[in-house]
Amino acid sequence: MEIYALLGFVLILSIYLGLELISKVPSTLHTPLMSGANAISGIALVGALVLSTDSNLQSAIAFLAVLFASINVFGGYLVTNRMLKMFKKK
Amino acid sequence: MSIFEDITAIQNIIYIVASILFISGIKMLGKEDTAVKGNFLSAFAMFIAVLVTIVFIVDPVILLGGILLGAIIGSTIALKVKMTSIPEMVALFNGFGGLATFLIAWSEYNSIPDNYFQYLLVMVTIYIGGVTFTGSLIAYGKLSEKLKVAKTSIVTKIFTTIFYGSILFLIFSILQPLLPALGFNFFTVLLAITLLGGIGFVLPIGGGDMPVVISLLNSFSGIAAAFAGLLLLNNVLIVAGSLVGASGLILTVIMAKAMNRSINNILFVGYASASKASSSEEQGEVSPINVADAFLILESASSVLIIPGYGMAVAQAQHVVRELGELLEENGTEVKYGIHPVAGRMPGHMNVLLAEANVPYDVLAEPDDVNPIMDSVDVAVVIGANDVVNPSATEEPGSPIYGMPIVEVHNAKTVFVLKRSMSSGFAGVQNPLFFKQNTRMLFGDAKESIGGLVSEFKD
Repeated sequence: MEIYALLGFVLILSIYLGLELISKVPSTLHTPLMSGANAISGIALVGALVLSTDSNLQSAIAFLAVLFASINVFGGYLVTNRMLKMFKKK
Repeated sequence: MSIFEDITAIQNIIYIVASILFISGIKMLGKEDTAVKGNFLSAFAMFIAVLVTIVFIVDPVILLGGILLGAIIGSTIALKVKMTSIPEMVALFNGFGGLATFLIAWSEYNSIPDNYFQYLLVMVTIYIGGVTFTGSLIAYGKLSEKLKVAKTSIVTKIFTTIFYGSILFLIFSILQPLLPALGFNFFTVLLAITLLGGIGFVLPIGGGDMPVVISLLNSFSGIAAAFAGLLLLNNVLIVAGSLVGASGLILTVIMAKAMNRSINNILFVGYASASKASSSEEQGEVSPINVADAFLILESASSVLIIPGYGMAVAQAQHVVRELGELLEENGTEVKYGIHPVAGRMPGHMNVLLAEANVPYDVLAEPDDVNPIMDSVDVAVVIGANDVVNPSATEEPGSPIYGMPIVEVHNAKTVFVLKRSMSSGFAGVQNPLFFKQNTRMLFGDAKESIGGLVSEFKD
C-alpha cells in the first residue's frame, strides 16, 4: 500500500501544479490549450502499451486501447499545431 | 536480470524527464509567444515516454500495428479537418482518449486485481473513461449538428435516468466484493451501463452550454489517465493526466464564471427552469436599417467594435468580417473585436474562427478591456451574438442571466445588430438591447449583410 500513498502524493501535487501553472490563460488560447491538453491525455498510450496480451480477448483490448490512444495523440498534437500556426500578430 | 533492472531504472528516469517536459510544455502553451514551442515540447515528451515503453513491449506486432494505424487515422483526420469543425474534432479525440483508459481498466480487471484498492481504481477508471468516451461522442454529434434531440424528448429522459442509474450501479460495483456472491455477471453490466450513462450525461445539455461540457470532459479524460497511472503504478501517466485534469478544470470554471452560473446548474438544471422567474417581456419599437444606410454610418465612424457570436460561425461569415475590418481600417477607422469567453460552442471558439480568417490576435479584446471605453465607440457591430450582449444582465435583477458579465455594447453611441430574426438567444430571454434608441437592426444572413457592406466600401 505504501506505493499508493507515494503515487497518490504525486497525483495531488501534479494537480496542484497544473492549477497554479495555468490559472491565467488569455482567452485567445483557450481552444489551443484545451486541444493541447487533450493531446497530452493521450499519454494513456504508455499505459496501453504495457497491457497483457495473454488471451485473444486481452490482445483485442490492448490493440484497441493502443489504437485509440494513438489517434488521440497524433490527431491532438497535429490539430493543436495547425491551430496555433493560425494565430499571429499584425 | 541486472540488465532488466537497469532498463527499468532508465525507463523511470526517462519518465521523470518526460514529466518535466510535459509541465514546461503546458506552461508554455498558456502564453501566446511560446505556445507553438510548448506544444512541440509536450509532443517530444510523449515521444520519449512512448519510445522507452516500447522496449518492454510484449507483443510488438499487435501493439506497433496499433500505433501505426492510429497514427495514420489521427493524422489524416487532423490534417484534413476544416478549421471550422475544430470544436467537434477536439471532442472526438478526447473521447478516444477516454476509451483508451476505459479499455486499460477493463484489461486490468481481467488480470485479476491483487487488492481491494486496485479493484476500486479499476471500477472508478472504467467509469470515468467510459463516460468520457460516450459523452464526448454525444458532444461531437451535437457540435457537428448531426445529432438533434430535444431536452424534453422521451429519449433524453430515458438516458438521463440511465445516467443516474449508472452512478448507483458504480457504487454497487465498488461495494460488490464486500457483498454476498451474485447470480449474474455484474462487470459486463457495469461496462454497458457506464457507456449508456455517458450518453445520458451529455444528451440533456444544450448547445450554448457546450463550452463548459467540452472543458469538463477534457478534464475527465485527464483524471481517467491519472487513475490508470495509479493502477499501472506509472508516474508519467499520473503527472500528465493530472495536468490535463487541472487545465480542464480551470477552463470549466472560467466558462462557468463567464456565464455567472454554477457548474451544477449548467450540467443538471439548465436555463429552462431558471427562466420562469423572468418578467421582462418588454416590447417596443425596433428600428431596422438597410445595408446602404449602415454603410454611411460606418464610413463616418472613427472607432468600430465588432462583437461576434455563434451566428457568425453558423453563417461562416468570419472571412467577410475580416475583409470589412480591413476596409474600415483603410478608411481610417480604428477596429477592435470584443470577444466574450463563452461566445460560440467551445472555449475560445471565436478566436479560432477569426484566426482562421487571418485576423491578428492583438486586435481581439476581452469584455473587461472594452467595457470601460465603450462610450467612445462610435459603432458596435453585433454579429450573431445575443445573450453575451444582453443588457438585462446588468440592469434587471430579476432576469435569469442577471450578473453574467457581458460586452456592454448598449453604452456605445450606435449599435448594429445583425440577426436573422427577432428570436431570443440560447438562454430564451428577450433582449432589451434590440429596443434601445441607439440600436439599429440589420436583419438577414450575417454573411450576406457584411458582404453587402464590403461591396459598398469597394464602390
